[in-house]
Amino acid sequence: MIEVRELRRSFGPHRVLDGVTFRIEKGESVVIIGRSGSGKSVLLKHLIGLQQPDSGDVLIAGENLRGLSERELIRVRRRFGMLFQGAALFDSLTVAENVAFAFRRDGSLTERVIAERVAEMLEMVDLPGIEDKKPSELSGGMRKRVGLARAIIYRPEIVLYDEPTTGLDPIVADSIDQLILRVRDRIQTTTVVVTHDMRSARRIGQRILMLHDKRIYAAGTPEEIFASADPVVRQFVEGVSNPKEVYF
Amino acid sequence: MTLFPNRFVEEWIEGLGRLVLLAKEAVASLLTFKIAWRDLIYQIYFVGVKSQSVVLTTGAFTGMVLATQTYLQFHKVKMDTATLAVVSVGMCSELGPVLTSLMVAGRVGAAIAAELGTMRVTEQIDALRTLATHPVDYLVVPRLLALIIALPVLTLEAVTLGIGAGHAVSTYLLGIDPVWSWYHMQHYTTTDDLIMGLTKAFIFGGIIAIVGCYKGLGCGEGAEGVGRATTEAVVYASIGILITNFFLTLALARLLNVL
Ligand SMILES: Nc1ncnc2c1ncn2[C@@H]1O[C@H](COP(=O)(O)OP(=O)(O)OP(=O)(O)O)[C@@H](O)[C@H]1O
Ligand SMILES: [Mg+2]
Repeated sequence: MIEVRELRRSFGPHRVLDGVTFRIEKGESVVIIGRSGSGKSVLLKHLIGLQQPDSGDVLIAGENLRGLSERELIRVRRRFGMLFQGAALFDSLTVAENVAFAFRRDGSLTERVIAERVAEMLEMVDLPGIEDKKPSELSGGMRKRVGLARAIIYRPEIVLYDEPTTGLDPIVADSIDQLILRVRDRIQTTTVVVTHDMRSARRIGQRILMLHDKRIYAAGTPEEIFASADPVVRQFVEGVSNPKEVYF
Repeated sequence: MTLFPNRFVEEWIEGLGRLVLLAKEAVASLLTFKIAWRDLIYQIYFVGVKSQSVVLTTGAFTGMVLATQTYLQFHKVKMDTATLAVVSVGMCSELGPVLTSLMVAGRVGAAIAAELGTMRVTEQIDALRTLATHPVDYLVVPRLLALIIALPVLTLEAVTLGIGAGHAVSTYLLGIDPVWSWYHMQHYTTTDDLIMGLTKAFIFGGIIAIVGCYKGLGCGEGAEGVGRATTEAVVYASIGILITNFFLTLALARLLNVL
C-alpha cells in the first residue's frame, strides 16, 4: 500500500533522512519509533505528499507521488487521514466543524447525519458534548483527541498518527490505543503510528520500524525488537540515557 | 559587489512570478469551484462591513481638505464655483479608489496575512491539505472574491461622502454659491470618471487579496515569520496599488478614449 524507496531529504545543509526504504502492506499496522528529532514527523509528511523528497520515491497503492501537482495530490490524499503531532485544529472553527470538515467539503451528507456522526465520534474519543467549543478552550490532550476524530471520521484507507498518545493520561492513552486497533480491524485501514510510548508500540504494531541515523535502522515484529541484542535498539527500548557528566 | 543586487533582483522577480502563479490558480479556481457561500458572506462582512468607519472617515476628510485646498487656489483666479468639480473628479478617479484601497490594505491585507501565516506555522494549512482541500479553494478564493466585491462598494461610499462633505465645506465654510457649484460638479464629472474609479477599486481589491494570501501562505517560521508576513503584505500591497494606479490610469484613459 505504501512503498518508500531511497528517500532523501535535507533542510539546508542539515540532512534529516538519508536513504529510507520500507514497505507497508494493506491493512497492516506499523509503528515507527526513533529518538526525538530523528525525522519521524518529516517522514510521515512525505508519505502523504505534504513535503517533497530531494530524491527517492514514495508510492501509494502503486502510484508514484513524484511530480504530481497539488491538485493531483489531493486526489491521492482522499485515501488518507492524518493526526498531526500538534493536532493542528482549525482554530477559527468549532470542534464539531473541525471533526466534520471532510464531510462538509464533500457535501454528500445531510446536516443531521453529520451531527450524529460527529457526536458518535466524539463519544469514541471520550469527549462527549464538546461540539460547540473552540479549540482554544481545550487542553492539549483534548485537542489531540479531536484531531484524531477529525482524521478517522471519514474512514480513510490509510491513517497516519503522529504521536497519538503523547500528553494523554494513561487511561485515555489506553483507550486511544484500542480505538486505533478497532479502526484498523473494522475497516481494514493501513495504520502508521509514530510513537515514543513503548507500551503502545508493542500493542499496536504488527511491525516496528526504528528510525535512527537518518535511515531505517531496525525493523521487525515487536517481539523481535524487544528481544533485540543491538545496543542502539536496546537502549531505546529500555529508555536509558548515556551517562553524561554530572552537573547537579 | 555585483552579486548582491543580482540576487536581490532575482529573488524579487521570482517572488513576483509566484505571486502571478497564485493569482492564476485563484482565478482558475474561482471559475470552476463551487463557491462556499458561508465563507464568502463572512469575508464580505469582515472586509466590507467592518471597514465602514475607516473608509467613510477617510472619504469625508479627503473631500473636505481637497475642497479647501482647491478653493484657496481657485479663489485667486475667481473660479470659486469650479471647486466642487475638482473635488468630484479627483475623488471619483483617483483619491476615492486609491485611499480606500490603502486603508483596506492596512486593515484587511494585514489581517489576511496574519491569519493565513498563523495557520501555516501551526500546521493548519498542512491539515487542510491532508483533508483533501486545496488552500487556494478554501482560503484564497473567498477572500479574493470578498475584496473584489467589497472594494468598489466601499470606494463608492467614500466618493459619495467625500463629495458631500466637500460640498458642505464649500457652502457653509468657504461661502461658495451652492447651486453653481453643484451645477459645475455635474457638468464636469463624467460616467467615465466613475467607471475608472470603480475599475481601479476592483483591481486593487484583487491586489490586496492576492498579496495578503501570498505573504500569509509563504510565511516563515514562528511568531517572527507571521510578523514579517503581515508587515510585508501591507507594504507590498500598498506599493503595488500605487504603481498599478499610474499604469491603470494610462490604460483606462486610453480605453475610455479620454486621452
Ligand atoms: N521545516 C523545517 N525546517 C528546518 N528543519 C526542519 C524542519 N522540519 C523539521 N526539521 C528538522 O528535521 C529534524 C527532524 O524533525 P522531526 O520533526 O521529523 O523530528 P521527530 O522525529 O518527529 O521528533 P519528535 O519525536 O520530537 O517529534 C529535526 O532536526 C528538525 O530540526
Ligand atoms: Mg515529531
